[in-house]
Amino acid sequence: MIIKLLSGDQPRSAILTGLLLVILVCLAGAPFIFDGVRPLDTAARICIFILLAASYDLLLGYGGIVSFAHTMFFGLGAYGVALASTHLGRGFDALLVGSLSGALAAVVLALLIGLFSLRVRAIFFAMITLAVASAVAVLVSQFSSLTGGEDGLTYKIPRVLTSANRVGEFMGTRITGKVLNYYLVFGASLVLFLLLLRIVNSPFGRVLQAIRENDFRAEAIGYRVIWYRTTATCLSAAVAALAGSLFAIWLRYVGPDTTLSFEIMLDILLMVVIGGMGTMYGAVIGATLFILAQTYLQNLMGGASEATASLPLVPDLLNPDRWLMWLGILFILSVYFFPTGIVGRLRERRAS
Amino acid sequence: MSDPILSLNGLHTDIAQYHILQGVDLVVPRGQVTMLLGRNGVGKTTTLKSIMGQWAAKSGEIHYDGQDITRLSVSARARAGIGFVPEDMGIFRDLTVEENMVLGCTSGPLDPKRKDWLLSAFPALGTFWRSEAGNLSGGQKQMLSIARAMAEDRKLYLIDEPTKGLAPAIVSTMARALRELKAQGASILLVEQNFSVARALGDSAAVMDDGRVIWNGAMSELAENKDLQERLMGLSMEGALR
Repeated sequence: MIIKLLSGDQPRSAILTGLLLVILVCLAGAPFIFDGVRPLDTAARICIFILLAASYDLLLGYGGIVSFAHTMFFGLGAYGVALASTHLGRGFDALLVGSLSGALAAVVLALLIGLFSLRVRAIFFAMITLAVASAVAVLVSQFSSLTGGEDGLTYKIPRVLTSANRVGEFMGTRITGKVLNYYLVFGASLVLFLLLLRIVNSPFGRVLQAIRENDFRAEAIGYRVIWYRTTATCLSAAVAALAGSLFAIWLRYVGPDTTLSFEIMLDILLMVVIGGMGTMYGAVIGATLFILAQTYLQNLMGGASEATASLPLVPDLLNPDRWLMWLGILFILSVYFFPTGIVGRLRERRAS
Repeated sequence: MSDPILSLNGLHTDIAQYHILQGVDLVVPRGQVTMLLGRNGVGKTTTLKSIMGQWAAKSGEIHYDGQDITRLSVSARARAGIGFVPEDMGIFRDLTVEENMVLGCTSGPLDPKRKDWLLSAFPALGTFWRSEAGNLSGGQKQMLSIARAMAEDRKLYLIDEPTKGLAPAIVSTMARALRELKAQGASILLVEQNFSVARALGDSAAVMDDGRVIWNGAMSELAENKDLQERLMGLSMEGALR
């Protein structure tokens, strides 16, 4: 049953299986295991970024396609929900219409970019996606009457998904609409992740891997490389847009910085590379580590700085303000020591 | 004689600024093995790649199975029934042997009878069926490359130096598999430097020099005529076999 759910793609490493189980249990029970708003917010972000990174892995790891437009698709989904909720009012119909239109817009845009630029060399495709993503980010910030510009949009979601909705108590934890909202995010992310796993382990996924390795050979066997690459781009864009919709439902706010910025694009890239490209599980490990580091590294360093207050220089180095430098060092080290990503390394260990 | 499976008429191909094929005329009869011979650098591989569409023909025509395929895409040529085994093998290293074989079938799943035949022809592939193709030895990779092209029935096989750099035992495995493919009635255009393999398999032969076919006829005629071999290729097959 579990193997079927994973589409036969098992973690193939005991340590990796353990890590994935810990992450799954922590995310599934987050409202009951951790106290407070911040851990729940972190858990929701982890779910959403796992999905976003996994959708990027479909493109980068399986298709060998370097795109810088992934946050654009993420943003389209988020703005779809925001605009629908703003104009149609707070309701599940608005969330559904917003999510579907965001995903549809992402697919159409991905199709256009794919058909026009996937024929060209990989570097040109990357440049074109960068240009289109920048153009969309500028448009969103300029069309302030529609998108709220740099300020973004704040809107209402169905009351049943907000903290104002008190459902009752379970295992000593008060269940509010926020918890229901979390489980909507968790459930949708899990289902979409399993769907991505199914896609990469299908004959389509195998052809995609073959194209990544040697596109001419795949073409010479009889596969239309452009069709496969374009389909992968569209699927990946649709899932990224749905991840964006979940983010918008969770945050009840969208803005260019939270959904369209180039920094998020780099974050996704790092999550996939650190976790391990072309593995799907790498997205789970990469996104979890990245979001945890982003959220808690500063606190951790604050504690470490205080604990080493008596030593010379060390407290300064561990000053919480320097967290970004340490995050950078951690990533350089992880890329250096795990060139095939954490998942790749764990699987190599098992193979050897 | 029935219609040839493939004919090239005055094929010219440039690679960058180099004019490699300078009017290749070639006929591959249906159900036969045609050897494409010649010294290194005369355009044999470019001829195969032009037929497959990897290098676009500058002028001339390629007729395959009754249709002009000169302007067709590479994948359309493959789907029309041309199987290509390049010199560099082109296996998918990150995928397993099984996945490579399944990918070789574009029109449906791998036929169990065909799989049995291929595994009996290349037993090593059965042993490493679920291993990553990148971990195979050079000879096994070559076997996989050929077996993948044969994974489904193709009308024409273009095979570029399948025995190059292989140990004698693997060369005989390869030659036996090609003989079996020939016995099934396949049409094959084979570039081969190993003259004993060429002589054993070839029905007809075309010899290239300077981007043109300078001689074609029966393989037996070429194999028996030492003067002809020396005149066409600068060496005799017997000499090369020693």
